[in-house]
Amino acid sequence: MEKFLLKNIENPDSASLEEYQRVGGYKSLNKALQLEPSDIIAQVKAAGLRGRGGAGFPTGMKWDFASRDVKFPKYLICNADEGEPGTFKDRPILEKNPHLLIEGMAISAHALKSDRGYIYLRGEYPYARVVLEKAIEEAYAKGYLGDNIAGKGSGFHLSVHQGAGAYICGEETALIESIEGWRGQPRIKPPFPVNVGAWGMPTVVNNVETLANIPLIVAIGAEKYSAIGNPECPGPKLFSVSCCVETPGVYELPMGITLKEIIYDHAGGVRGGRKLKAVIPGGISAPVLPPDGVDCPMDFVNLPKRGSMLGSGAVMVFDDTVCMVKVCWRAMSFFEHESCGKCTPCREGTGWMRNILKRIEGGFGRDNDIELLQDISLSIIGKTFCPLGDGAAGVVLGFIKNFSDEFRYHITNKKCMVSKDL
Amino acid sequence: MDIFEEIRALSEKYPDRRGALLHALYVAQKDAGWLSQEALNTVSNALNLPQATVKGVATFYSMYKHRPMGRHLIQLCTNVACMIMGAESLVDFLKGKYGVEPGGTTGDGRFSLVIMECIGACDRAPAMLVDTDFHSDLTEDNIVEIIEEYK
Ligand SMILES: Cc1cc2nc3c(=O)[nH]c(=O)nc-3n(C[C@H](O)[C@H](O)[C@H](O)COP(=O)(O)O)c2cc1C
Ligand code: FES
Repeated sequence: MEKFLLKNIENPDSASLEEYQRVGGYKSLNKALQLEPSDIIAQVKAAGLRGRGGAGFPTGMKWDFASRDVKFPKYLICNADEGEPGTFKDRPILEKNPHLLIEGMAISAHALKSDRGYIYLRGEYPYARVVLEKAIEEAYAKGYLGDNIAGKGSGFHLSVHQGAGAYICGEETALIESIEGWRGQPRIKPPFPVNVGAWGMPTVVNNVETLANIPLIVAIGAEKYSAIGNPECPGPKLFSVSCCVETPGVYELPMGITLKEIIYDHAGGVRGGRKLKAVIPGGISAPVLPPDGVDCPMDFVNLPKRGSMLGSGAVMVFDDTVCMVKVCWRAMSFFEHESCGKCTPCREGTGWMRNILKRIEGGFGRDNDIELLQDISLSIIGKTFCPLGDGAAGVVLGFIKNFSDEFRYHITNKKCMVSKDL
Repeated sequence: MDIFEEIRALSEKYPDRRGALLHALYVAQKDAGWLSQEALNTVSNALNLPQATVKGVATFYSMYKHRPMGRHLIQLCTNVACMIMGAESLVDFLKGKYGVEPGGTTGDGRFSLVIMECIGACDRAPAMLVDTDFHSDLTEDNIVEIIEEYK
């Protein structure tokens, strides 16, 4: 497939405005500025773009809600928090193709009649910050940002807001709290950010990759765009593939490609020709799949049917040397660390589950520990402000469902099922 | 520009000065590598925010430090991809080689070691940040070489 999101990134100058324009950059912005905002929103809707941040919400619909709100100013926020373990797909855009994001944001701002935007960048990406700030400066100098964009009268100002190491700030309402200068704790919804967001104003929060798709939609039109990949949720998609594969990395492929194709045709297969044991298809919060799950198309429609989700599109591949109890424990220790502490079931439950998983892993598991884990999980789901707790519970339930033998073996035999000789 | 002025200037980017708080805390932390009470007070004065608010926010985010740190900060990831690729043994190795525990600082004050959740470099695990530089595909051999570059 021809690359669009990662176009030209092998070129060492790909991040410069000059190089971006040389390969056709900012043409879509010029085109979009001739269009009515409502026409752009209609195009994005017709294109069928769904948000790439994890939830897969239809972007056009989100924009429509925000633009129907009569309050001004409106804010446009790019979610570049990328905290989901296993995920590193936005990083190449941020570090190597920043003008694609800026162009996407300038078009989106025109469509939403927003004159102020922020890029919420995770604290762990210091280099991306340097690149983005330079690119923003270049875009101001060329008139692609500022009071009078490309001489067409509409204005849009953009700056980087750097987070400081809190996964929860990827959740959009916690992110807004954090931009306003508070502790990053989620707000109750509704009201949704499209109506009451940053500083109480209508706010659109979109993922980096979502915004980077906008110039393509404007360039080729909704019809051609919706023909890429799965028609139910079309477009190019970035997959970050890691753990036990020969060639880990970020791959731009059509939405709906199967996991098998990603692992074997693109990422070089399981390392050393070893046996595939499990795959997490969408970042650590997505429930794990057994090996026969690899025939599943990677999109927002098909993965839920298999009991998992596309999430951030981070494919984590495990071979037969990896202990599932240990992975589950490490995932839970992450959730415990990142729970913001606002909701009791999540704050306490993740800690309890981390302890139980640790003891099973260490050979001190008790007979009813699996039932206890299930019980705690079910006491978290649906009882928290934001989906972090649900995610943690879903992870445990997924591991238990697909690898209960391995958990039982650990408890009964007080040791790991994976031979140390592998 | 002194820190007070620098923080004042940041608040221009936001409709409400409080928006500059995260950035301001980074500015206040830059020179010393951690936030002393004095540094927190400067932030609170520059943005005209209550001291309790400033401290409350500063203690929520893990990248703000509240006690003196080494001259360099090693942030080593041990999340799932890095764990599978050997990060745990690197933690043990650093303990043995430099006598530093996670969360601790070497005796000579050269560096502090902090364990991180995923830093977005899983394709080249195990990975770490030293100050603001990424280093990946770490092994016991190359981690020493890398660390020796930071005096
Ligand atoms: C705990 C948690 C963490 C999240 N982290 C991110 C993130 O790092 N990046 C992101 O784009 N979305 C993240 N999201 C999803 C956002 O809340 C939001 O749905 C998304 O930014 C919307 O953009 P989109 O419609 O373009 O996908 C997270 C959600 C939750 C519940
Ligand atoms: S798990 Fe270590 S960088 Fe992602």
